[in-house]
Amino acid sequence: MPFERFVQTGRVAYVSHGSNKGKLVAIVDVIDQNRVLVDGPAAKIPRGQMSLSNLHLTKFRLKFPFTGSTRVVRKAWEAGKIERKWKETVWAQKVAAKEKRAALSDYDRFKLRKAKRVRNALRTEAFYRLKKVAKKSKRPVKPTKK
Amino acid sequence: MSNAVAAKPQEGKKAQGKPRNYDLGNGINRFSRARMFHKKAIYKFLGKTTPKKVVEKKPVTVEKQIGGEKNGQTRTVLLKKRRSSYPTADLIKKRPSKKCFSQHVRHLRASIVPGTILILLAGPHKGKRVVFMKQLKSGLLLVNGPFLINGCPLRRIHQNYVIATSTKIDMSGVKLPENVNDEYFKRVHEKRAKKEEGDIFAVKKTKYVPSAQRKVDQKLVDSMIVDAIKKSGEKKTMFAYLATMFGLRSSQYPHRMKF
Repeated sequence: MPFERFVQTGRVAYVSHGSNKGKLVAIVDVIDQNRVLVDGPAAKIPRGQMSLSNLHLTKFRLKFPFTGSTRVVRKAWEAGKIERKWKETVWAQKVAAKEKRAALSDYDRFKLRKAKRVRNALRTEAFYRLKKVAKKSKRPVKPTKK
Repeated sequence: MSNAVAAKPQEGKKAQGKPRNYDLGNGINRFSRARMFHKKAIYKFLGKTTPKKVVEKKPVTVEKQIGGEKNGQTRTVLLKKRRSSYPTADLIKKRPSKKCFSQHVRHLRASIVPGTILILLAGPHKGKRVVFMKQLKSGLLLVNGPFLINGCPLRRIHQNYVIATSTKIDMSGVKLPENVNDEYFKRVHEKRAKKEEGDIFAVKKTKYVPSAQRKVDQKLVDSMIVDAIKKSGEKKTMFAYLATMFGLRSSQYPHRMKF
């Protein structure tokens, strides 16, 4: 598969640094090798330049003419259903999980640890049961997911 | 009633009324000059003058006759005599006295309220999760394990050696015994033996044994806290939580974590 994520007009990018960290923007125009003109109408980020070192490119691309106005970008954004599509990505889910983990209190962390211990004990037990069965039948049994 | 008292003119002070006119907020007054003319009833006083009181000047000096020759016969003398002596150096002013420790203002972190679970960071019980009871007069925090769960008795600790968690126990049903105060926790020092009795370097080792009073109080407070935990409905997890020591894993930084 060829390389497909380019810095180009309409490319949706994730802001990785600065005050707008964690929000999505659309690239409107490429200023030079290091900077792009971005607009984030959904995240209320005003049109402006951003360094490419602060942007992570996503797989989404909107269709609008380069240097299109904010209105055009917003329209394309809504038509492309970027917000919904982004939430479904593994990337967004990982970000959300990280946030959730960071917000845990000491008591929550303790409860999580206990729950994990219970789950792992169950899993280990299931694994050994399967192993035993496999040994008896001599033919390797494909382990089913628990 | 209090208004009527306040409105009465006090001795020596004139009663101050409120101005009838006021600023509307944009530099314009509520009542015009003409309206105020009528409100103040200035027409009553137009063309009238109050006669000026003539205050007689009191003499400052007096002229006295002086006897003897070549003395000029008269001298003007001040009625009020000047001071006979003036200090040559400034007096040493008394400095405001420093406040004693007992008078200091006690501060308590906002995140610590009665019932907060604290993590102890110092002392023999460091790493334990304990329940905060109250702040004593000395400013130290009174905490309790409870002793039944994690072996930490009722004891005092400074708030600097404590992490406050966001977990709280409802302490509305807990009432501390009256005798639990700073005096209660004071260390008892035994007086040293007199010289003549044996070796002066022989150090007597005394093991700490809690008094009967302390044991009674401990049991009472423990039972109250345990009841409070039971009421919260999370008895099993909360008991396990309090019984477990706090620890950090790899890539866990306390300054970045939420408690």
